[in-house]
Amino acid sequence: MSSTKYTEYDAYAADAAAEGKVFDVAGEDWDQVVAGAEDAGDERLVVNMGPQHPSTHGVLRLILTLDGETVNECRVGIGYLHTGIEKNMEYRTWTQGTTFCTRMDYLAPVFNEAAYCLGVEKLLGVTEQVPERAQIIRVMMMELNRISSHLVAIATFGLELGATTVMLNGFIEREYTLDLFEEITGLRMNMAYVRPGGVAQDLPSGALSKVRDYLDRMPKRIQALRKLMDHNTVYLARTKNVAYLDLTGCMSLGITGPVLRATGLPWDLRKSQPYCGYETYDFEVPTQDTCDVYGRYLVRVAEMEESLKIVEQCVDRLQTVKGPVMIEDKKIGWPAQLAIGADGMGNSPRHIAHIMGTSMEALIHHFKLVTEGFRVPAGQVYTPVESPRGELGAHLVSDGGTRPYRVHFREPSFVNLQAAPAMSEGGMVADVIAAVASIDPVMGGVDR
Amino acid sequence: MTSQNPEQQAEQGADQLPAHTEEERREQPVARMGMFGAKTTGDTSGYGRLVVRQSPKVSAPRPYGGPGGTAEAGEFDEIADELERALPDYGDAIERVVVDRGEMTFFVKREHLATVARTMRDEPSLRFEMCAGVSGVHYPQETGAELHAVVHLLSITHNRRVRLETACPDADPHVPSLTPVYPTNDWHERETYDFFGIVFDGHPALTRIEMPDDWVGHPQRKDYPLGGIPVEYRGAEIPPPDERRSYT
Repeated sequence: MSSTKYTEYDAYAADAAAEGKVFDVAGEDWDQVVAGAEDAGDERLVVNMGPQHPSTHGVLRLILTLDGETVNECRVGIGYLHTGIEKNMEYRTWTQGTTFCTRMDYLAPVFNEAAYCLGVEKLLGVTEQVPERAQIIRVMMMELNRISSHLVAIATFGLELGATTVMLNGFIEREYTLDLFEEITGLRMNMAYVRPGGVAQDLPSGALSKVRDYLDRMPKRIQALRKLMDHNTVYLARTKNVAYLDLTGCMSLGITGPVLRATGLPWDLRKSQPYCGYETYDFEVPTQDTCDVYGRYLVRVAEMEESLKIVEQCVDRLQTVKGPVMIEDKKIGWPAQLAIGADGMGNSPRHIAHIMGTSMEALIHHFKLVTEGFRVPAGQVYTPVESPRGELGAHLVSDGGTRPYRVHFREPSFVNLQAAPAMSEGGMVADVIAAVASIDPVMGGVDR
Repeated sequence: MTSQNPEQQAEQGADQLPAHTEEERREQPVARMGMFGAKTTGDTSGYGRLVVRQSPKVSAPRPYGGPGGTAEAGEFDEIADELERALPDYGDAIERVVVDRGEMTFFVKREHLATVARTMRDEPSLRFEMCAGVSGVHYPQETGAELHAVVHLLSITHNRRVRLETACPDADPHVPSLTPVYPTNDWHERETYDFFGIVFDGHPALTRIEMPDDWVGHPQRKDYPLGGIPVEYRGAEIPPPDERRSYT
């Protein structure tokens, strides 16, 4: 079959394109596959893992060349979740962009919005004018989001190694975090809550006491998670000294986030290049020096504990710091104070009465700002934030119009996934799962 | 053109003048004629002969200052000095330097990109050991330099950021690959090739990464349509976003 020549490209001519014998595994035919592989007398086996595979974190495709149980070569195929978010954003106003970019890394929506909005604010030159209360709310939401994202990372990691208990526990706790998001923004995911100039609306009454309840509950739950995992013999066997990647590898491959911090380098943008006022909060940057999967897990758990500390400080500040949550500049800030009505979130009745009943100028202003948007002076900026997965950077280019000229996101999932071959080649095939899961890629972010 | 009005004079004195003189602007190519909108019918706005020229290429004068935007020499001057010292053909390689919004951009001639990047990484006083990727930008109006590749560099040692920007014409879309210097650029360059068609010479396997292998065209270019379809909402047909009326 290897000598078959094909003249024109046919994506479905798998038999012709492959070098050896091809098995199309559809389930319940393992006897046939095993017998066939024995007949071939060849130890080398190319396995196509994914894109529809429960252990590959979404639609990730891995092409593994195996020699027995050893991985000789690992190639990563991505692009199955490409949605053209960056292209779409060029056709919407700067404010509408939040709605798009929040959907990239769907486990960390607040970070996508924050990176983008910080970029828009920097382009406008209004970073200093964003109200303090809005910045505190942003920090609180980001840290809550970091906890929920790390919980999914640990939960799915457990599931991929076959431990359903870990998965269920992680997801339960995440659910409580999402409840807080729902309480504050009205949505559990993809909230588009952070907007250029501030946040969409102020905290509803009672939200802070709910966050306090959460803060009371979480330390014990993280402790329980630690008790389940930290010294679990099976877990240690699967994670210790697996998927080794040291500092040199991380530097050259551009790896950031928990994977980098598990090599001992305390590089965290919240500390080194602070934004949103992170320099005023008291927290530590946890590190490990094992460079393996277990180290990355420990870094993530410790980061959740640090995030709880930051959220606590935010709650304290929010009780005293009052005021607007959107920039005072009427030419940038969203004109309507949004309110929750019987049919969900919308313009507040007071605002509607004002623009429809009393002020024609206010109506024109509202209409212009909502349909046309605001103009952003020409230029380019790069604004990085520390997302749960590493450096998330927004490269925004403006030509002076009401829409972005170009938006590009430096997605940490995309970059970190490049390390999968370096981590898994030469190891066992079962450790590929552990390696990929310890990178914690989110395919929505990888493919955008 | 100094104003006679004392208030305006004060503003101009406070460095709020336009970045470019009138003469400099007049030499630029025409970007747009007339008012916005009104493409199908005659323009009745009375502004039909309005000429809008492209803004001239900005180039920051020394001292560059630092991220805080100070007037004195700062971090950015240090970077430029060190690069000038370490790179023999600095004047030839760097077309211009832009300092804007507390960020520094070196516009590098494409044939020098690899050397500049290597110097940036290896020189101990620069030490930009991390690369935050390549991002393409398409400027169809810039004849001879339509496609830009923007490289974001990060120095963990000195806690600094800097940007390299290089351009290539659409007719000859070749830029040297930075994968030998920064292996992380492997996927970034594949992405930029996929979306803009910039060919990174020396890349080990420059193939499409997000779009299917047999895709035709490079979707992020400005001449590539968004590909939306009209939708019907309560009896009215709403055109796709790229065909709606635009205010820009």
